[in-house]
This record gives sequence, C-alpha cells and structure tokens, in this order.
Amino acid sequence: MENILKIDKIEKYYGSRSSLTKAIDNISFEVEKGEFVAIMGASGSGKTTLLNCISTIDKVTSGHIYVGGEDITKLKGNNLNKFRREELGFIFQDFNLLDTLTAYENIALSLSIQNVNSKEIEERIKRVANDLNIKDVLKKYPYQMSGGQKQRVSSARAIITNPKLVLADEPTGALDSKSAKMLLERFNYLNKELEATILMVTHDAFTASYASRVIFIKDGKIFNEIIRGDDTRKEFFDKIIDVVTLLGGDLNDAL
Amino acid sequence: MMLCKLSLKNIKKSFKDYAIYFFTLILGVSIFYVFNAIDSQTILLDVTSSTMEIIKLMTNMLSGVSVFVSFILGFLIIYASRFLIKRRNKEFGIYMTLGMSKRKISMILFIETLFIGIISLVVGLGLGFLLSQLMSLLVSNMFEADMTKFEFVFSNTACIKTLIYFGIMYLLVMIFNTINISKCKLIDLLHANKKSEEVKLKNPVLCTIIFVISCGVLGYAYYLVTGGVENLQNANQIFIPIIMGVVSTFFIFWSLSGLLLRIFQSSKKHYYKGLNSFTLRQISSKINTTVVQMTIICLMLFVTICVLSSSLCLKNSMSANINELAPADLELTALININKEDNKYTDKEKENSKYTVKEKLESIDIDINSYIKDYIEINTYRTKDLTFKDTLGSKLDIIQDQYKFIAYNTQEDIVKLSEYNKLAKFYGNEEFTLNEDEYIIIADFASMLELRNMSLNDKENINVFGHTLKPKYTECQDGFIDMSSNHINPGIIIVSDNIVDESSIYRNHFIAKYKATSKDERIKTEKYLIGEDTSKKLDDNDLLIDGTSKLAIAEASTGLGAMATFIGLYLGIVFLISSAAILALKELSESSDNKIRFDMLRRIGTDESMINKALFRQIAIFFMFPLLIAIIHSIFGIQFCSFILSTLGNEKLLPSIIMTATFIVIIYGGYFIITYLCSKNIIKEKR
Repeated sequence: MENILKIDKIEKYYGSRSSLTKAIDNISFEVEKGEFVAIMGASGSGKTTLLNCISTIDKVTSGHIYVGGEDITKLKGNNLNKFRREELGFIFQDFNLLDTLTAYENIALSLSIQNVNSKEIEERIKRVANDLNIKDVLKKYPYQMSGGQKQRVSSARAIITNPKLVLADEPTGALDSKSAKMLLERFNYLNKELEATILMVTHDAFTASYASRVIFIKDGKIFNEIIRGDDTRKEFFDKIIDVVTLLGGDLNDAL
Repeated sequence: MMLCKLSLKNIKKSFKDYAIYFFTLILGVSIFYVFNAIDSQTILLDVTSSTMEIIKLMTNMLSGVSVFVSFILGFLIIYASRFLIKRRNKEFGIYMTLGMSKRKISMILFIETLFIGIISLVVGLGLGFLLSQLMSLLVSNMFEADMTKFEFVFSNTACIKTLIYFGIMYLLVMIFNTINISKCKLIDLLHANKKSEEVKLKNPVLCTIIFVISCGVLGYAYYLVTGGVENLQNANQIFIPIIMGVVSTFFIFWSLSGLLLRIFQSSKKHYYKGLNSFTLRQISSKINTTVVQMTIICLMLFVTICVLSSSLCLKNSMSANINELAPADLELTALININKEDNKYTDKEKENSKYTVKEKLESIDIDINSYIKDYIEINTYRTKDLTFKDTLGSKLDIIQDQYKFIAYNTQEDIVKLSEYNKLAKFYGNEEFTLNEDEYIIIADFASMLELRNMSLNDKENINVFGHTLKPKYTECQDGFIDMSSNHINPGIIIVSDNIVDESSIYRNHFIAKYKATSKDERIKTEKYLIGEDTSKKLDDNDLLIDGTSKLAIAEASTGLGAMATFIGLYLGIVFLISSAAILALKELSESSDNKIRFDMLRRIGTDESMINKALFRQIAIFFMFPLLIAIIHSIFGIQFCSFILSTLGNEKLLPSIIMTATFIVIIYGGYFIITYLCSKNIIKEKR
C-alpha cells in the first residue's frame, strides 16, 4: 500500500527554556492510502497540536512530516499555501464556512482559488453534493442550515479538490448525535467508495469507532493503537472503550 | 486607580483599531484651529485697511462656519465612538460577569475618552500650530499681500475656542457612551460576536424597478438644474431637484446593493474565479448594511466637490473681471439737488448738494491736477415718470406675475448720448449713435438683461420727459457707467441730448485716471484724494461724496474670492475627512469579522497575494462606490454652480476642478491607503 502520510519522530515544544511544555513528545506513525484513522486523546493531550502540525498551520520543533513523499516541514510561503489547497482537505469542528456565501459558493471557493473553470466547478459540485446528500441546501446560506448540513457542506468543500489527505478536527464536536451519525456514515462512504484518506481527531469513542484504526495519545506520546480489522463497529467501539478506561480518568468524561 | 490603569492599557492595546479614530480627531482639531487662527496669521501682512476689513468679515464668517463644522465633527466623533464600543462588547461582557458595575464600566469609558481627548487635543493643536504657519503663506498669497516678516504665531483665542468646542464634543461622547452602556444586556454583550450575519436578499424585480425609477427621477433632477435651469423662477424651487436628488440617491444605493451581486453572478465565468465571489459578497453585504451612511457620504462628497471647485473658481473669475469692469482708476459720485423732504440728510448737506463732485473737491482745496492725468464728468437723470415698470409696457403683467420680488417702482437712470459716448471712449467701450426718437438700454446684469430684452423685443415705446421714444435695438447693449467688480449694471437708458430736462439731474459722476503708475504711487494718490484727511474735510464742510477706486474694487474682489476659497476649503476638507473617516471606521470595525474569514481562506490554502488583492479590491470598491456617484452628481452640480456664478463672472473651471481632484486624491486617497494598510495588518496578525 502507498504511504500517504509518514510522521517521523516529531516534537513540538511550547514556552521558553525555563518552562518548557512538550505538546508532542517524539511521535511517529504512518497512514496508508485509503485508511480512516482516528486520533483520540483528552483535552491537552496534544492531538490538536499534532493535527495543526500536519496541516502546516503550526510548525514542528523537530522531526519530519512527509505527505505523499514530500517533506512538508521544509515548505515555506506560497508553497505552503499551494500544498494546503492541492493536497489537503480540512473539516473543522465549527464548520468554518463563510457566512456571506451560499453553500454552493463555499464549496466552489476551494476550486476557484485553484483556477478551475466555472463549468467544471459546477459538475464537480453536483457530484459531491450527491455523495454527501446536500443537494437541497446548495442555495442556502450557513445561517439557514442545521449543524449537520453545515458540516456536510464543509466536508464537501474539503474533498472536492480530491486531496491526498482529509484532516478532520473534532468533526462531530458541535453536532447532535443523529447528525453526527449521519456525518460519520458519509465519512465511511467517502472512505470506502471514493477511497479518501481521512485523519480525524476526536475525543469521542463513538466517533472514533467509525475509523479503521485508532491511535491514542496521552501527554504528547502515543499511548496505544488498535485496528478494527474485521470487527463490527460495535465490537470495535467496545475495544476503544477498554483502552479509554485504561487511559484513566481523563478520557472518561468523554463517554 | 485600577480603572485608570485598565483604560490606559485598553487604549494601548487597541491602538491599531483606534489609529484611524485618533488620526481623524487630530486632523479635525488641527483644521479647526487653523481656520480659526487665520486672523492672527494676518497680523503680519502688509495690507490696506479695506483688506483688513474683509479679513475681519472673513474671520467672522469662518467662526460662523465653525459652529456648523463642529456639529459635523461632533456627529462624526459620536458615530465613531459608537463603532469602537460595539467592537468591545465582549470585553464589557467579561467585566460584567466578573461583577463590575455598569457605572464602573462607564467610568472606564469616561477615562478613556478623557485620555484620548487630551492626547488628540495636544497633538492636534501642535499640528494645527505648524499648519497655520503654512496657512499664513496661503493667506498672503490669496490677498496678494507681502509678508513683512515671517514669525511663528500662536493664536490663543483659536486655541481656547478649539478646546471649548472639542471639550463639549468629548463631553457629549461621554454622555452617549454612558447611555449606551446602561442600556446593554449582558447576554447580548457576550454573544455579540457569535451572531452570524443574516444575508437579506432583496427581491430583484423590485430592485430593478426601484433602480430604474430612481435613475429616471435623478435624470429629471439633473435636467432641472442644467437644461431646464432657466425655468427655475425663485430660490425656493431649487429645493425640488435637491430633494429629488437626495431621495433617488438613497434608492439607487438601496437597489444597487441588491442588483450589483446579481449582475456579476450572471457571469459564472467571472464570478467563480479566484476570490471574486467572496469579494463581491463582502462588498454587497457591506453596502447592504450601510445604505444610509453611503447616501450621506455620497452627498457630502458631492457637496465637497461642488463647493471646492466653485469657490476656487470664484477666486479666479473675480480677479479676471476687474480690468474689464473697472477701466479707470477712480470714480466719485455725488447726488445733485437732493429732495428737500429726504430725512436721511441734514439741511446743510441738502443745501450743498447743488455742487458737482469737482466743485466740492475744489472748495476744500484738493489739488486734482497734480495727481490726475485725465478725467471725465457725466450726469445721470431720473424722473418719477419713468420707472422700471414703465419700460416694460405690455409685458409688465406677465413679468410681474413671475418675478414678485423686483422693485418695479425704481426710477430709471437716464443718460445723455454725448456724455455716455465720451465716457465709453474714456473706458474703451462701444460708442453709440441715436436718432432723436430712439433710445438704447445698456445693461450687463444677466437676469435683468433677460427681463428687459423681453420688452425690447416687443419694441415697447417709452415716454421720457414728454417725448415718446422707440427702442433702437431689440435687445440691451453691453455697457456700464459705475465701475464694479462684477456684471451688475441692471440697466441705464441712453437718450439724445436735447430731450433731457436739466432740472431732473440726479447724480454727478467724476471718473478719473491717475498719473501714478506703480502700486505704491497709486496708494499715495488715493491717500491724498480720498484718504481720511479729505473725508474729514468733506464732513466738516457738509459735503457729500461717494466713491470707489479700482484699487478698492480689486481688493474687495480678491478679498471676496479669498473668503469664498477659505470657506470652501474649510467645509470641503471637513466633509472629505468625515466621509472618508466613516468609511474607514466601518471597514476597520469589521476587520475582526474579516480576520476570521480571511483566516479561513488561508486554511484552505489561498495565496497571500490573492488575499491581499481581494482585500484591496474590497476596500477600493467600498471607497469608490459613493465617490463615483458623487462625481456623476457633481458633473451636473458644477454646471448649476457655474450658472449661478456666471452673474459674477466668466468661469474658468478646469484649474479649480484639478485642484479639487488633488484634494480628494490626497485626503480621501490617504484614508483609503491607511484603511487598507491597517486592515491588512489586522487580518495578518497571529491569533
């Protein structure tokens, strides 16, 4: 299998010499093409920092991150932007849709900044709207949509550019359980049918149970890793809960 | 003291947000000072007493205008501080959750306003002091006077006035802030940022209809003040096109904000290109929420352009007229045989009114010949049998119906042909010939010219001293007797010499050219001929003489021109600053919202250059939109101004329009650039 993401001994320190905080302390792992990986951890475990480093929003203190073989810790300026708009897709907890634009325009934006012509934009949006079941809301503004709809629009925007890697930061964090379930089923669909590689950060065991692999992080280090294999989602969920219990009190509140 | 510290820290922290506010306050203070300090700048000027009079008049008018200006600046400051408070709602919310009372929060704002007020006043007065030194150069240039010496002048009165006016404004701001805070609810304060914008879409059909109607109304208003201007019959009617213009401007902004987007959306190729869709949405939502402000700004810009260009042009045209309309150096007049019943004069004066100007001068031993190269004497006659009404003949009813405010019973001035021709030759004007049964009317005052031409066209006969005369020409001829700075001769009737009744003599004119050639010598000549000593001697002997000289006319007209220029500059600059500041504040106050949006764009990988371009376009269009409509208004507004001013002289518009454009580019453009740089800075900052 092709290696989409390779994280090689990265560290991220905050603060000065006198009061050093190790947000990420020597983490290494790999994600293969077509994988759906969840990263779990309590607040302050370093999972969001990790995601920020992968998405080049933040810079690592040491170590390397390779996306499709390219070392993105070496990228600068407009190359960074180019990398972000062509290789990555983002899904945020608070949707991050532009409130002045309609859903259609929000999705179109990530293509139009790549200078894709309007005809192709239209075709691609039609397709992705079908996949994510948002055809009815394309003409609506964010304030007219439900949270679930917003997150699916946000997902459409993330995957429409056919990115190598989709990064999702607590995608279900602001959704009710029904919308969350619907969104995660769509993620599964994207992952299975469209072979999208998804890396998702969450503290919710239910959300994580949709992934094919879960990496647990505690205090900036990898604590454990479990693979779904042929388990049903329910069995996988139970396994995740076991690890969460093992992790101790911190994550219990997430149940 | 804790509150004090908090306020100071707040100012320091949000200095970037305050920058434009500060900048505007400082500019406002300094301009207020500069224009109120003009009189102290003129102390150093070497000017005659009549120019000094005009300067005094000008400073009086400027201080009147200052009251108006202070209203505008006051509104601007209150508006601006409201903006800044809105931005800080969350901060106040946090204070309140911490248990701070509303009174204490008001206190923080009070201290902040105090600090800002003090700093802006000190810096503004300092800047004003420096600028006013430059102003004295402009003043001396305007009044064509030499500066005796250059000296830094600080005007205490202007300074105190500035302090009082701005003190009151800041006090009002404090009161408004307190009221604002006391009305706030905690929940609204905390959630102020969370409210996502609702995009209200207007009905496109309604928008189109309203747009078309307002364009039509505006077009008709344009027509009324240009092509149809002749039909305006009295001053009140000018309000009709003004109101039409204001209302249609509002609705054009209202409808365009809805239409603009649709128009661009129809071209998908351009709409979905780069950040175009984002930029357009930003602009249209901004215009959507600021229709009223946009209208006000547009109208202020319109007034600025018209006032600046026509006042600058007035100055040019007034100087240009003098050589044509004051061809000699001195004109002295005296009423002859004043009516015994006229109570305005003493009996002695009435008694002495039988003498001509020359006789009066000689009687007090004025040596005319040593100063005067050449002179001419001419008499005008009046009779109660020939009033303005009598010259209009059958047209009287129609004219009287339309123009109600003309003194129709004024007696007409009559002059002998031979005397007029002598004068015309002396002046270098056209001479006339006349049969015994004919008359000519000379006039150059535009509106009277029109009235008189109506009756001349009908070949109305008039009755003068028992003779019936018919007009030689079907329209008034160009000419005048009295020297002046403008075309203001309402009409003089020329008749042949032998029909004039000598007993109806009304006024004696003595018109002269000096021997002197240089300006200094002329001033010396006038000091002798019409100076204080002479007028005292005349007074002592109960002799009445009126007079004017080319020098006095020139001073008066440059003075009037300068006055118009200064008032125009004052108002123009204040209007420009106000409108630019409102736009800038609106843009900057939204920069925190924009920052979130631009951050998001960055996250999905938009290039920095693309973001900057989008920001630049967004601000540029936001600034250009009201200016563009104001410019279209002005094309017609200036035409109307020049129509009104044409009574004052020929207009040379182009240089003054260029000057106006320069002002706009510097002030408005300056605000635009500062706004762009500030916004760029704000959206760039790391969280």
